[in-house]
This record gives sequence, structure tokens and C-alpha cells, in this order.
Amino acid sequence: MASILTNLFDGVAYGMLLFVLACGLAVTLGLMNFVNLAHGAFAMAGGYICAVLVNNSGWPFFAALPLAFIGSAAIGIALERTLYRHLYSRSHLDQVLFSIGLVFMSVAAVDYIMGSSRVFIKLPAALEGQIDLFGVGIGRYRLMIVVICGLLTLGLQLILAKTRFGSRLRAAVDDPRAASGLGINVPQVFAFTFAFGCGLAGLGGALSAEILGLDPYFPLKFMIYFLIVVTVGGSSSITGPFLASLLLGIADVAGKYYVPKVGPFVIYTVMIVILLWRPNGLFGRTAAR
Amino acid sequence: MTALSDVSTHAMASARCRISEVAFWVLALACAFLFPSRYLIMTDIVRLGLFALSLDLILGYAGIVSLGHAAFFGVGAYSAGLLALHGIINEPVIALVAAGLVAAVLGFLTSFLVIRGVDLTRLMVTLGIALLLEALAERFSDITGGTDGLQGIEMQPVLGLFAFDMFGRTGLFYSLVVLFILFLLARRVVHSPFGLSLRAIKNNPLRAAAIGVPVNRRLIAIYTLAAFYAGIAGALFTQTTALASLDVFSFERSADLMLVLVIGGTGYLYGGLIGAVVFKMLQELFQSITPQYWLFWIGLVLVVIVMVGRARIHRWVLFVPNLIIRQLAGRKAAVAVPESDAS
Amino acid sequence: MFNRRKVLQWGAASAVLPGLCTSMPARAEDAVKIGLILPMTGGQSSTGKQIDNAIKLYMQQKGDTVAGRKIEIILKDDAAVPDNTKRLAQELIVNDKVNFIAGFGVTPAALAAAPLATQAKIPEVVMAAGTSIITERSPYIVRTSFTLAQSSTIIGDWAVKNGIKKVATLTSDYAPGNDALTFFKQRFTAGGGEIVEEVKVPLANPDFAPFLQRMKDAKPDAMFVFVPAGQGGNFMKQYAERGLDKSGIKVIGPGDVMDDDLLNNMGDAALGAVTAHLYSAAHPSEMNKDFVAAYKKAFGNRPGFMAVSGYDGIHLIYEALKKTGGATDGDKLIEAMKGMKWESPRGPISIDPETRDIVQNIYIRKVEKVDGELYNVEFATFEAVKDSGKTKK
Repeated sequence: MASILTNLFDGVAYGMLLFVLACGLAVTLGLMNFVNLAHGAFAMAGGYICAVLVNNSGWPFFAALPLAFIGSAAIGIALERTLYRHLYSRSHLDQVLFSIGLVFMSVAAVDYIMGSSRVFIKLPAALEGQIDLFGVGIGRYRLMIVVICGLLTLGLQLILAKTRFGSRLRAAVDDPRAASGLGINVPQVFAFTFAFGCGLAGLGGALSAEILGLDPYFPLKFMIYFLIVVTVGGSSSITGPFLASLLLGIADVAGKYYVPKVGPFVIYTVMIVILLWRPNGLFGRTAAR
Repeated sequence: MTALSDVSTHAMASARCRISEVAFWVLALACAFLFPSRYLIMTDIVRLGLFALSLDLILGYAGIVSLGHAAFFGVGAYSAGLLALHGIINEPVIALVAAGLVAAVLGFLTSFLVIRGVDLTRLMVTLGIALLLEALAERFSDITGGTDGLQGIEMQPVLGLFAFDMFGRTGLFYSLVVLFILFLLARRVVHSPFGLSLRAIKNNPLRAAAIGVPVNRRLIAIYTLAAFYAGIAGALFTQTTALASLDVFSFERSADLMLVLVIGGTGYLYGGLIGAVVFKMLQELFQSITPQYWLFWIGLVLVVIVMVGRARIHRWVLFVPNLIIRQLAGRKAAVAVPESDAS
Repeated sequence: MFNRRKVLQWGAASAVLPGLCTSMPARAEDAVKIGLILPMTGGQSSTGKQIDNAIKLYMQQKGDTVAGRKIEIILKDDAAVPDNTKRLAQELIVNDKVNFIAGFGVTPAALAAAPLATQAKIPEVVMAAGTSIITERSPYIVRTSFTLAQSSTIIGDWAVKNGIKKVATLTSDYAPGNDALTFFKQRFTAGGGEIVEEVKVPLANPDFAPFLQRMKDAKPDAMFVFVPAGQGGNFMKQYAERGLDKSGIKVIGPGDVMDDDLLNNMGDAALGAVTAHLYSAAHPSEMNKDFVAAYKKAFGNRPGFMAVSGYDGIHLIYEALKKTGGATDGDKLIEAMKGMKWESPRGPISIDPETRDIVQNIYIRKVEKVDGELYNVEFATFEAVKDSGKTKK
């Protein structure tokens, strides 16, 4: 019984992590209709920023996390202004070509600067080990992930649904022409959204170094996972990818625990079945073109 | 001039064999004779070209995007490998066709999953199928050799006459001939009424259905054919390298393929071949300059290609050949690159 | 042939200034070329880089001329994909006319090149890949790395002797992982131990949590672990996170998990892990101290066992060339390599004349803190261990 709950908790933590990593992609892909396969590169940037700050400059872990967010967002906005914005109207194949190119460049550049071995972030002692909650082992680090990611999700949902910026963004996405006619600065909204998505990825990257491992090939290795989350969840809202991440996280952990022999099959099979059942994702309203 | 006759003259004109096409193949053959020390990389290019041709059939002509085309490549590769390893079919050409047919069967079966849904869904379903197959091949390691791959494949001479040599001479000419035959077949197919109906589907499936094109049946047919091609490419891979390992299914292989085709341009059959040449040459060039960081330069080239615009680059590249052809044949712009993307 | 060479030499000699000519070594007319094929990109790239670094270091220290001939390294990246390896090896042999092929990060790559080595009759020096069968695939293959059987059988014996009764295993699901598991199991169960749980994790595995939970629930005395070098760090961190260290489950295994180039970053979680392996950066010999210091100075981090394998690989090539007097005939070189013995940073090693595989000491080590850094400290030695994967046959 206890191990079921522990597994459930691990699955939730894993899923939450996937969500933070992928939700920026859900935004660019679903809302802005841009296939940004380089999303993982921003996550990697955040991870390395955090690692350098903590390991080399001696920053405390919690102070480095926001910096990972800001750093990735800054890189994101710089690239958006210089490169990405020329490509919003281009075909998806061009976008794929471009973003894969960016991934290759980031992989080789990080390899050159940081070396190809895995990097670990030194954690404060408070985050190590497990606490025992009514006989259920709960990893402290994972608990922190669940808390941070849970708060982020709530915040995102509130921003999108309740704030002025949220309604502007939704308007800009639904009909860019009408929105700009109403005086909304659509490119600015897009740039800001893009940067925010990148920042979230950076934060996710910093958080995931402990669990997924951080090396220069991160963007290539996890590209598939991000895509799965976004396609399965459907990209028309935040809730879809969120629930999809949780589902995938739990299915993956449970699959590996209970049927380790067929573990790797679970995640792909779940994805194919869901996509056949709901081609636009679990919560997709409209076709993601 | 009515719309109908316009379409048919256009179709006939594009189906006619052009000088530039003849030149292309003569050039390809000439390369095979001119650079005897580069047989292997050329074989690699020919294989990749055939594989890209297969993707072009579904992407360029039917608008089906796929990130899991390596599934068929891998099935073809393992089929050919197993056939040769266990001595079931020793003659490479027959084994090649058999491996292609195995892949075609898989293509037929999975086509029902793929024709549903939109682009993104298709990308992920095809990708999922390829990854599942990779996991399966790893699991049934007693058949496939697992991560070690199939070991000890020994190929018999092609048609009982031409033995595979260490320098890759037989391998190259064998691959070239296969590519040429399959290319002619593909050319015939895309210029047939069947091919035209595919383009109609690609442009607007609803309208195509309204004018009486059986959309799903056509898509299944072309998907199966493309799987056959990819299977042959995979089988060629195994036969010319005497290897088959798990990476034949890998995501990287499918993704590279996509890059190759997009670089070359979709929807005119030569795109895959040209893309394969460009991609492999670039890779070879950068790898020999910097074995560690060549990925960076490849990435940069990709970014630049997109920023400059593929159409513009194609125009630049084709400027000289067009000039020559115009002078020689007195025709206007014989080489044209149709820009058509599936999105 | 002799005459023609003579004529050519005379021709060359008369063409250049005599003074310049006498200063040239007798046989420097062509360099000895070594085709080095390594994964420099992709998931295995840290292996490739360590070996490449070590070879550079060796050539800096010992010079690039042996027996009057210049050594030229041609580095190629195969990204650990066997068909690349095969193509590159073939091109190196046919176009560049290399005299050796070397490197090979993974087993399939080494196997893919094997038939070429046989056909071209040139030595293939395997510097990384660790499956037993490799050296059996061609009479021209020599290995300077290790086989998994070497370290796994030793740790199996050690576990039995040291009162470990129940073991759960966690191994990566690919050939080396399966090798490690098989050989460990064989020795451990033969000695009366019991395997209570056996989990194979997929090679591309982001998160160990569920597997570790399974280990924990099985309540063994120790867990036997084999994951590829790069994943060891994540594994150990999650091992500690799950509190397995506190519940008294020890980590044992072949030393890949505790690879020196990552060990210090793993944190205190790694303390106390017992592994059997061929090399530790803390190996107490003068030679090793110099090697580690030189490597650190040149590349900024600690050498791992892959670096040592590369270092010994190039040493073997140098020594073989010395023995043949610079002749590059493949059969002669292989003969020269067989039975060669030398002192390496890892300790005394030799090449088994029968199998052409490496014979080396396997050390049992425990992770401890030395001067504030984590090291594998050796505390027991099994001398001159052969590859038991082959000696059985």
C-alpha cells in the first residue's frame, strides 16, 4: 500500500516536472502555431545557468532558480526578436528545419563550453533524503518540485483566465488581425509569451537536472517527451498539457514499477491509443494546424 | 482553353522526360566512375536519397507528415538481415524485394492509424510507431541481436554474379541501379491519374472527396507504397553494410530524413536526392574539419537556409544550369523547383 | 621492390640539399597512420573525449616519433552508430591507408569494424567497448580496455565472501549490462547467494525512481548496479534521495557506475559504495600520480578508466612499433603485441597471447573522502585477472 502511494507521488512529481518543461512548448505550438523543436535548448540553458551559479559561484540553490528562469527568458526574447519572429508565417517544415538547426547549434556550443559529461547541481542538505509521512516515503526534492510546479500551474491558469494580459493573449491568438485592430500590440504579446515559455523551460531544466540528468544532449533526448505531452494534452489550454503530463508521469512510473519488462512500451502505447481516440489530444478544441 | 485540357497538358508536359533529368542521372553515373575512392559515402548518399524519395512520396505528394519513417527502414533492414543470416533467401535482389514487401505490409497495417488526425497527430503517431518498434527490437534480442545488432551477415553475390567487395564498388552500383529503377517507377506513379488525385487530396481533402476521389483508399495506397520504398532502402542498407542494429529505427534517422527532404525541397522527386547529396557532403565536410563540434556548423547552415529562404537558395543554385539549358535547348527555365510544403 | 625503393630514395635525395637529407630519419618517408574512430558526439561522447585527450597527452609526453617513424592520428566521429563506424573504418583503410584502427566506444561499433580488420590485415585496437566476444571476431583485434566479465565475476566473489546473502540487481538493458548481470549472477549464486530481484532498465532512461522503489521493497542486503558511465551520477543521487543508503542497502557493482570523471560531483551519496574495477584515479603508484596530475593540468578534470584505456592503447601501439622496428605489417604487429607486459597507471597489465585480450588487476574499491574530494580507494586486489567470458570456452 505504502509503495503504491510512493509511486503515485513519484509519478505526480515526474509529471509536474514534464509539465513545467513542456508548457512553454504548448504555448508556442498551440497558441502561436509555431513548431519550436528547440524548446529543450532553453531548458538546457536554464539548467546550465543554475549549475554554474550554484557550483562555481557558490550561490544558494533557491537563489539560482529564479536566475535560471530570467536567463532563459532573456535568451528567449533575444532570439525571438532577432530570428523567431520572421518565421511565424512560414511553413511548419521551415520552422522544423530552423529549430532543429538551433538545437544542433546549442548542443555543440554547450559541449564546447561546458564539456560533454553530465552536470550535477549541488543541493542544499534540506532537499536531500526522504521524509516519512504515515509510512509513505516522500522524497524532499520531489516534494519541492510538486509544490513549485503546483503553484506555477495555478498562477498560469489565473494569469490566462483572469488578467488583462491573459485576455489579450487569447484574443491575439484567436484572431491576430482583429486583435491588432482593437489596439493590442500583437507582436509584443507574442514576444512576451514566448519569453515566458522559455523562462519556464529554463526553470524546469534547472529542476530536472537532479532527476533527468543534464548534459549537452538534453534538448534532443527530451524533445520527444515534450512533444508527447503537448500532443496528448491538446494545445488549446493549459489544463490539457497539465493533465497529460500527470497522466504520462504516473503511467511511466507505474509501468516501470509494476511491469518493468514492458516499461518503455507503456508511454508510447498510451500516446498512440489516446491520439487515435482523440486525434486533437485529450482536451483539444480545434485542430492544431 | 478549358480548365480540363489545361490540366492534362500540364500533366503531360511535366511527365515528359527533360534534358536536365537525363543530365542528372548521367552526372550521378559519372560520379560513380570518377571517384573510386569515395564509393562508400556515395552508397550512403544513394541509400539516403532513396529513403528521402520514399518520404517525398507521402509528404510531397500526399501531404502526410511523418517523423517515424525509420520504422519501415528498420523493418526492411532487419528483414533483409534475417533473410541473409538464416539463409532463407540468399539472392540479394529477391531478398530486397521481400524485405520491401514486409515493410509494405507494415505500412498497410499502420496506414489506418496514420490517415486519421491532423499533421501534429500524424507526426506523433508515426514517431510512436517507430519508437515502439525500436523497443520491440530491443526486447526480442534473441531474434534481433538486441543492442549488439545482427552479427555475422554474409551477403551472396548479386544475381549470383557480382560479389560485394570491401571497397564498396558492387554496393554502389547495385544501389544506384535499384534507386534508378525505383525512381522511374515513382515518376510513373506520381504523373499518373493516381498521382494527380493525390495532389488534389493534398491541396484540399474535402474538395477531392467531393469530386469523387476515394481519399482514404488513395492515402492508404501511397502510404503502403512509400513503406515499400523505405523498406527497400533499409534492405539496401543491410545488404551493403552487412549490418543491422537498433539505430535503424532511431528518431535521429527519421529526423535527419526530414531535414534532407526539406533541404532538397518536396514534391518533385529530385528533392530527396539533391537533399541527400547536400546534407551528406556538408556533414562529411564539417566532420573532417571538426569531429567534435560539426553539429554546430550543420545547425548554422540549417538556420541560414531558413532565414535566407529555401526558394531563394534554389533559384541561386539553379541559375547556372538554367542558363546553360536555355542556351542549348532554347527553352525557357527547364529546371524549375516547385515549392510545395505540407502544412 | 627493394630496388625501386632504393631508386626512389636516391631520387629524393638528389632532389633536395644533402645537408637536409642527412638530418632526416632513415625511414621517415611515410608516417604511421592511426585511424581513431570514437563517439565524439551523441550520448557516448564523454568516452570519446577521454580517450582522445589521453592519446593527446601520451603523444605530448612521449613525442610523436617511434622507431624513426612519425605517428599521425586521424580522428573520426562515429557517434556510436555502427554503420558510421564501418564506413569510416573502410574509408580510413582504403583511402588514408591507415596502419591501425583504434578507438571504438561501443561493442556494436567494434564488431562492425572487425571483418575489415581481418580483410585488410591491420590491427584493431579496442580502447573502450567491453563485451567479451569482441576479440573473438577477428585475429587482428587487441583490447586495452576491459571486459565486463573481469569486474563482475570479481565483485560476485567478493560479495559472497563478505557476508552479502541477498542481492537485487539493477542493470541497463543492453549487451554490456546483460554481460555484467550474467557473470555476477553466475559467481554469486554459485557461492550460495540469492538474487531476490532483477530489474533491467532501458538504456535511455530519464528517471530511476520506480526501479529504485522496487529495489527498496525487495529489501536486499546489497544491490548490484550496472549503468553506463554517464548515468551513474543520477543513479547515486536518486539512491540517496530514496533513503536506500539509510535502509542499509549497499551499492556494489563493476566500477562503471563510479567513473572517476563524475564521482566527485555525485555528492556524499556515493560514500561507501563498493565496486570492482580496473582503475581508480586514487591508485597509489607514482606513475598514476604523475598521470593524474598531467591529465588534470592539460584538460582540467580527473581521468576516468576510459582515459587510461586510451593511454594504454596508444602505448601498446608505440611499443609494438618499437618491437617491429617501425615495420607496419599487420601480422608482425599483432605478434609483437601478444604477450606484451607493461606498467600502466592502473597497475601491471599484459596482453593475453592467446585471446589478445587484456589481463589486468581488478581492484575492490570503496568510495571515500580524500582531501575533501571523493575517490575510489582501493582496498583489495585480485591479480592478473583474465576475461572469464572466454576462458570458459
